[in-house]
Amino acid sequence: MSQFAINVLFVGGSFAIYIGIAIWAKAGSTKDFYVAGGGVHPITNGMAIGADWMSAASFISMAGIIASSGYGASTFLMGWTGGYVLLALLLAPYLRKFGKFTVPEFIGDRFYSKSARMVAVVCLIIASLTYVIGQMAGAGVAFSRFLEVDATTGLIIAAIVVFFYSVLGGMKGITYTQVAQYVVLIIAYTIPAVFISLELTDNPIPPLGLFSDHSASGEPLLSKLNEVVVALGFNEYTAMVDNKLNMVLFTLSLMIGTAGLPHVIMRFFTVPKVADARWSAGWALVFIGLLYLTAPAVASMARLNLVTTIYPDMAGQVENYEDAAANPIAYADRPDWIRTWEETGLIKFDDKNNDGKIQLYNDAADFSGRGWQGNELEVSNDILVLANPEIANLPGWVVGLIAAGGLAAALSTAAGLLLAISSAISHDLIKGAINPKISEKGELRAARISMSVAIVVATYLGVNPPGFAAQVVALAFGIAAASLFPALMMGIFSKRINNKGTIAGMLTGLIFTLVYIFVYKGWFFIPGTANLPDTEANWVMGISPLSIGAVGAILNFAVAYVVSSVTEEPPQEIQDLVESVRYPKGAGTAIDH
Amino acid sequence: MADDKTNAAAYWKANVRLITGCLIVWALASYGCAILLRPLLAGIAVGGTDLGFWFAQQGSILIFIGLIFFYAWKMNRLDKKFGLGE
Repeated sequence: MSQFAINVLFVGGSFAIYIGIAIWAKAGSTKDFYVAGGGVHPITNGMAIGADWMSAASFISMAGIIASSGYGASTFLMGWTGGYVLLALLLAPYLRKFGKFTVPEFIGDRFYSKSARMVAVVCLIIASLTYVIGQMAGAGVAFSRFLEVDATTGLIIAAIVVFFYSVLGGMKGITYTQVAQYVVLIIAYTIPAVFISLELTDNPIPPLGLFSDHSASGEPLLSKLNEVVVALGFNEYTAMVDNKLNMVLFTLSLMIGTAGLPHVIMRFFTVPKVADARWSAGWALVFIGLLYLTAPAVASMARLNLVTTIYPDMAGQVENYEDAAANPIAYADRPDWIRTWEETGLIKFDDKNNDGKIQLYNDAADFSGRGWQGNELEVSNDILVLANPEIANLPGWVVGLIAAGGLAAALSTAAGLLLAISSAISHDLIKGAINPKISEKGELRAARISMSVAIVVATYLGVNPPGFAAQVVALAFGIAAASLFPALMMGIFSKRINNKGTIAGMLTGLIFTLVYIFVYKGWFFIPGTANLPDTEANWVMGISPLSIGAVGAILNFAVAYVVSSVTEEPPQEIQDLVESVRYPKGAGTAIDH
Repeated sequence: MADDKTNAAAYWKANVRLITGCLIVWALASYGCAILLRPLLAGIAVGGTDLGFWFAQQGSILIFIGLIFFYAWKMNRLDKKFGLGE
């Protein structure tokens, strides 16, 4: 069977499963649609959160970023997992006790303000919509590489599948398809990693292999990697980062942003009890951790594999790195996987010194003594995970599995985000503000229509990605961190914060973060409108625009506190509401007004 | 009623104390050992690198998982002890 047929079989098979689940889990009520009937088991929910959370970025890009930046990219590993501690301790159990359907609804009720609810709706829609573009683009890459269809056709197929299970099943359909998608994506991610770990370190468990000895050289894997990359003029893989303040703030922004992203928070409304919300956060992190503990191993091993493929003399025990690093393979002898990926344009070769060999090294380093005139091989970070099975010479079915896994990661996250957007529109905007008397049936219809519109918009943006697609993820996290998280946390932990304080705080955090990002990245990401070049020398105190969400969050807390202290106390019934949210006793399943 | 109120206040105080403790561990593992204190831990070798690198790429994630389960387990006991569970 050809590789193409295998890929079609795996992707088609996984899609058939998702559609089957959708038919089985059709939503009959708004409660089914928004919170899956409120009866999801914590382990099931944990798995669904895992798939919901792990996006195309986690599955496809993260290991590649770690491979190229080494220690510095630990920010993503810690940031995208540490947020779950904040969720479990500071938000999830209380929002579950509150027992409503959406995040803006909590903000609106707790701060007795329609304006606060609308600010939350706007933040939610911007954060989720920017995030969903990346998912659709990721799905497009997977389709065009593995199914040999152009990205547009691929995206439309994906959109129809997502449409089917999310419009029909709402949260109920999404939850159970996400469980299936988690299983597909984690198997797809770990199998190639196990083989590569065995090959390089004789240890079948990748996270242990990372800290084991490299079989071919007998040295610890990471020391070997350090020596190999230093010989090519790169920094040590494990080298420390000088700008510690920025690393701390970037990690903090990702953590707070993770805890403030509405599509994740919503998942905690689906479990039957407050205690279950706490357990689900733990299970979610176990399931997420499986991938996040494998990723750094995949990263270092793939980097070593890549370099030693180009410089075979560095693969085993090396007497003299200077000599070994001067002898790359000829372009004509490159392995098949490099040929395959060259076709996609994600690997590019340019024989700058016309010697027919592949010089891969740090462009900033000077190797003119060796007759090198610049780095000749450009490898996109995004191919590392997708090309992994081919690099390790694994059988064709593993490649098919990776294709299905990448799509599962992108589609599960897209569905979760689309649900967050559609429920904000139908529940918070239509029912909450425009037409409060809408019947349950009418609201369910409105939810389905807004879901359909959101899918069409997301597909359109996926097909025509705005030039800023890569930067907007920072925006999504910045907004969630600077606006939503502080409002939610203060709503639970302080009785004194009132409507004026929250609105002032949210707007301050939001505007401050947006302005700081726009100054360096361009106003509304329009090219050429940036006021300052986006380099470390220009950043205020060395804080990058990616890290600014944490500062925005701190400002949000401070402004909300100050404004609330000089204005009146919240009414008694609001203080009673805060009181009731704090104790699990008397929690029913999530209910409508 | 007054008893209920003191009971509830004591429960909340215990919860906030537990959260504070957990967040100190959370911050020490990630911002501490993995970033700011890494130079101090540079002498402790772990599989070809130092302890700080292990915390950054593996240790902190394991600690986060442990913390959430520890908190859930402790809170379930607090819920029962104060009679405020579901």
